[in-house]
Amino acid sequence: MTVELTLLPAGTSADHPETLDAYQARGGYAAWRIALGRGDPQRVIDEVQRSGLRGRGGAGFPTARKWSFMPKDGHGPAFVCCNADESEPGTFKDRRLLEATPHQVLEGLLLACYAVRATCGYVFLRWEYPRAARAMQAAIDEATQIGLIGSDVLGTGYSVEVRLRKGAGTYISGEETGLLETTEGKRGWPRQKPPFPAARGLFGMPTTVNNVETLACVPVIVSEGGEAFAAIGLPGNTGPKLYCLSGCVRRPGLYEAPMTVTLRELILDDRFGGGVADGRPPKAVIPGGSSAPVLRAEEIDVPADFDHLQAAGSMLGSAGVMVLDDRTCMVRVAANACGFFDHESCGQCTPCREGVHWVRQILDRIESGRGRPGDADVAIDRLDAIAGQTICPFGEAVAWGVGSIIRKFREEFDEHIRLRGCPFPAWGFRSNGS
Amino acid sequence: MELSESSRQEIDRLIATCRTRREAIVQVLEIVQRGQGYVGDEAVSYVANRLGVGRADVEDVLSFYPVYHRRPVGRFVVKVCRSLPCAHMGAARVVDHLSERLGVAVGQTGGDGRFTLLEVECLGACDRAPAMMINDDVFGPLTPERIDAILASLKDG
Ligand SMILES: Cc1cc2nc3c(=O)[nH]c(=O)nc-3n(C[C@H](O)[C@H](O)[C@H](O)COP(=O)(O)O)c2cc1C
Ligand code: SF4
Ligand code: FES
Repeated sequence: MTVELTLLPAGTSADHPETLDAYQARGGYAAWRIALGRGDPQRVIDEVQRSGLRGRGGAGFPTARKWSFMPKDGHGPAFVCCNADESEPGTFKDRRLLEATPHQVLEGLLLACYAVRATCGYVFLRWEYPRAARAMQAAIDEATQIGLIGSDVLGTGYSVEVRLRKGAGTYISGEETGLLETTEGKRGWPRQKPPFPAARGLFGMPTTVNNVETLACVPVIVSEGGEAFAAIGLPGNTGPKLYCLSGCVRRPGLYEAPMTVTLRELILDDRFGGGVADGRPPKAVIPGGSSAPVLRAEEIDVPADFDHLQAAGSMLGSAGVMVLDDRTCMVRVAANACGFFDHESCGQCTPCREGVHWVRQILDRIESGRGRPGDADVAIDRLDAIAGQTICPFGEAVAWGVGSIIRKFREEFDEHIRLRGCPFPAWGFRSNGS
Repeated sequence: MELSESSRQEIDRLIATCRTRREAIVQVLEIVQRGQGYVGDEAVSYVANRLGVGRADVEDVLSFYPVYHRRPVGRFVVKVCRSLPCAHMGAARVVDHLSERLGVAVGQTGGDGRFTLLEVECLGACDRAPAMMINDDVFGPLTPERIDAILASLKDG
């Protein structure tokens, strides 16, 4: 059977998690049987290598390379963690995969476990996704019942467990080492690297952390071959990709496209966002969740892939594409984004904890008309002082994300200070229609 | 308030899958809060004893993670998202409207104990902005009329 190369298969819906039978009827767990039948974990890694798959969790790290860091001769426990913490503002793709097609995510996790010779897979799920938790637990139970998970799977001698774990409301638990700490039942404080998780991860054992969408790509790569996956998109940016469209677009929602799609197409094309709401012109787009630097409207004719967005000074990140129209106050955008980071800083590093809070206060002051000349420069200086001085990349996310808004829309910050107030309309109820 | 028998059993099953005593703390507290609505002092003692960890270890987790309630909350916990896409689509008005209809301020529980109103960060429902959660369910996009209809449809019990 040819399996459709898509993450949003026809007939699946977040309202009803796909059952084991329905998943198998469309070719589900064929890849798992194939991989186990071949009896060679390295062949899974090779296939993923050929596919060109890069991680969908934010950094775009090549998945096969990450897996190859795991020890090949290990005899003790080793783990794969499925990162289902999805908390980056503007992001809701993993929710759909977990709620609609949990078995596909689970099969990807099992294949990853086999590839790196892990003894246990963990699904680390954010607290606010109880439906996804129920769907995933049901999938784990179903697959265990028919012997796809457990000891001596399908008589191959390979044994693997899968466990569901829940976070407790902190964004930082999505950072891979924060995730490990929370899973160990501690504060979700990111760890100093090195050692990297592949050397010393969960409970001190070799560990790989992969995003939900990354893992959901793996079954089809194994069953259809890496070349089929690589045929979608361009080298270095292969495979189907999910985009989360939100903000001032006519049709916000989750869309799948090859990464050759441009930001402008995602926003304007009728197959996707269908245009800016109320027929307004766009002012800015944040292409990869709150951590991604903002792009001005004249910069959106860029393919929404890892490499082009990086070359444009931003990043694909979590593919949370937030569209802001010409009436949007960019000072308020910066203040809101900074407020999020202030709330979510784990507090371990002084530059992050204090710097982010300070900048937030400055931005709130400017937005409410109490800004002083020079405030924007102070904010930029404070942000620059965070980057490179912290344990985890959260520091850079704030510095580059919030910093880009001030730099690219500096005139609005200066105008607020000059006018002693905000010249833009308040953010009231509005519909996306017409 | 005593932990229910089913919560205790769920905790026992969970502990059997854990590698260390500590590992269970975050997971067990979730079970406690799902069963009781909050994590009271008695529950902290129970968890510490059951896991064989110090009370301080449990308190440390409780103080770091924002989802735990240390006191009883309303039967309906309303969480309004305030992150960027929702803020842009009127989250502040959602909060005002709810606050007026329910007669509670953000962070508080209403006099009759039915509702607790909270502001939270992104709920992963930004395509439904402005969005909120009531207990396990997500609602959005919200308008004043839609909020009233949702509130009217909530059933106690
Ligand atoms: C502050 C912060 C938050 C993160 N949150 C998430 C998250 O919610 N989900 C996720 O998959 N990755 C998140 N990441 C990225 C992870 O650290 C990690 O790179 C990713 O899960 C690896 O998966 P991948 O290789 O499949 O992309 C976050 C990173 C940082 C710095
Ligand atoms: S950079 Fe910020 S979030 Fe990351 S470890 Fe340091 S204080 Fe915590
Ligand atoms: S910003 Fe409100 S749900 Fe994501």
